[in-house]
Amino acid sequence: MDAFVGVFTVFVLAMFLGFAVITKVPPLLHTPLMSGSNAVSGITIIGALLSVATPNRLTTALGFVALVFATINVVGGFLVTHRMLHMFRKRD
Amino acid sequence: MPTSLINLAYLAASVLFIFGLIGLAHPKSAVRGNLYGALGMLLAIVATLVDREILGAGTAAWATIAAGIALGSLAGALLAIKVPMTGMPQMVALLNGFGGGASVLVAGAALIDATETTLQLTIATAASGVIGAVTFWGSLVAFDKLQEWLLPGRPIVFRGQGAVNVVLGLAAIGFGAIVVVDPTAIWAYVAVVVVSSMLGVLLTIPIGGADMPVAIALLNSYSGIAGAATGFVLNNSVLIVAGSLVGASGIILTRIMCRAMNRSLGNVLTGGGVATGPVAKADEVYAGRVKSTSPEEVAMLFDGARRVVIVPGYGLAVSQAQHAVRDLTDLLERKGLEVEFAIHPVAGRMPGHMNVLLAEAEIDYDKLKEMDEINPTMQQVDVAIVIGANDVVNPIARTDPNSPIAGMPIIDVDKARTVVVVKRSLSPGFAGIPNPLFAADNTLMYFADGKKAIMDLIAAVKTA
Repeated sequence: MDAFVGVFTVFVLAMFLGFAVITKVPPLLHTPLMSGSNAVSGITIIGALLSVATPNRLTTALGFVALVFATINVVGGFLVTHRMLHMFRKRD
Repeated sequence: MPTSLINLAYLAASVLFIFGLIGLAHPKSAVRGNLYGALGMLLAIVATLVDREILGAGTAAWATIAAGIALGSLAGALLAIKVPMTGMPQMVALLNGFGGGASVLVAGAALIDATETTLQLTIATAASGVIGAVTFWGSLVAFDKLQEWLLPGRPIVFRGQGAVNVVLGLAAIGFGAIVVVDPTAIWAYVAVVVVSSMLGVLLTIPIGGADMPVAIALLNSYSGIAGAATGFVLNNSVLIVAGSLVGASGIILTRIMCRAMNRSLGNVLTGGGVATGPVAKADEVYAGRVKSTSPEEVAMLFDGARRVVIVPGYGLAVSQAQHAVRDLTDLLERKGLEVEFAIHPVAGRMPGHMNVLLAEAEIDYDKLKEMDEINPTMQQVDVAIVIGANDVVNPIARTDPNSPIAGMPIIDVDKARTVVVVKRSLSPGFAGIPNPLFAADNTLMYFADGKKAIMDLIAAVKTA
């Protein structure tokens, strides 16, 4: 139970932090915000790596598919966000 | 490597994610912010890889990991490089789906592998299964509706849809409860995922084209919450932090989109907002009052004009008119006119869609104005050009409380001295109602495809 309260505290505080930070993002950048935050949610990749490394064949297989999905999320998300953000500039 | 060191690396990754989002507050710091986020991800991955569990897993595991990362990187990079800016809503929908799918699989694998199960693990696993599967299938449906491969863009509604959804939702909770009571019942987890998959499809099919910004924002939020739930499964704080940040982001965007349409989330999710009751007949609104115009006539409007505002809508994306619009902007600016863009929050198919298209065409972001910023100055606009937008400039939102778009904040183009509406026909927008703006005294209808209209206009301005 103590462990749960610990991670639950992290969850609640991170939600508040998220609200505080994201409300500062202007509508101008809402699309890159979505693709960029999406890349961040690819953090499930960590769980996928741990699943692949298990001795059980079934969980290794599940982990492998999850790893491919999460990597698409991470690489595709950060890259497309980078591509978009480079377009937002001032011309002289 | 000691666990505390790995956890410190995860903490550093979380901090980098937060810095990344802080960077998005301004276009100047945004590129760096995104790199911080990517760096945080790299750090988290490296820390996980050097973790004892993986180090000792043997060469077969390492080969599987290398193959998975190579495959995912290739697919992700191809998608990111190939996708046109007009296809960004589909891209984000797809990415949301992969995030949700990964959460379902990781939670399932953790359940199978668990040697000792806690209440936290089982409840979080059931939650990951429900939210992740809804996200995965919902996102695939959203992707398909945007792409219009199998499903039409319009809402799909049938009798008893709500009841079916309730039954499916209860079934998902029921099977989830079995997982909690008996963690060895893997079949129950599979059932959770199957039922939630059906729910994901049914929850997304009633959402129509112009409501897609809400659906995508909501699915974005779900993908984050699914990640956070998986964090509870693994008892891993970096997953919880990253997942909650994304969850919060999606919730905020969903709220902004709903407010920009003056509709409740429930109304959007059930496919409301389309005219169902009696609406004014198009003939009564338009008959004899619509004036159509030519590129030459519009070109003449610019003589003596000082301030031009362009209002882009989804039609601009469809006809790929953004580059032509940039050329027109340059030309008018060389003639000494001031040109700005008025962007409605729900213009396009996802939050910020129009801004990305115009930025792609190298239009300075200072010229892209938010609705609330530009509306008070609309009276001082000489020419307002509406390209492929309809409901977001329909003045009936202000005047008719029974209209499906009643109370929706609009861009007040009708207050400009002259309004030019570039549109292929008088067909109604997503809400299915006629637009009195098209018949207003100060409105000229320029019937043509968006891109061709602007190119002909450029030619006319050059020869005038």
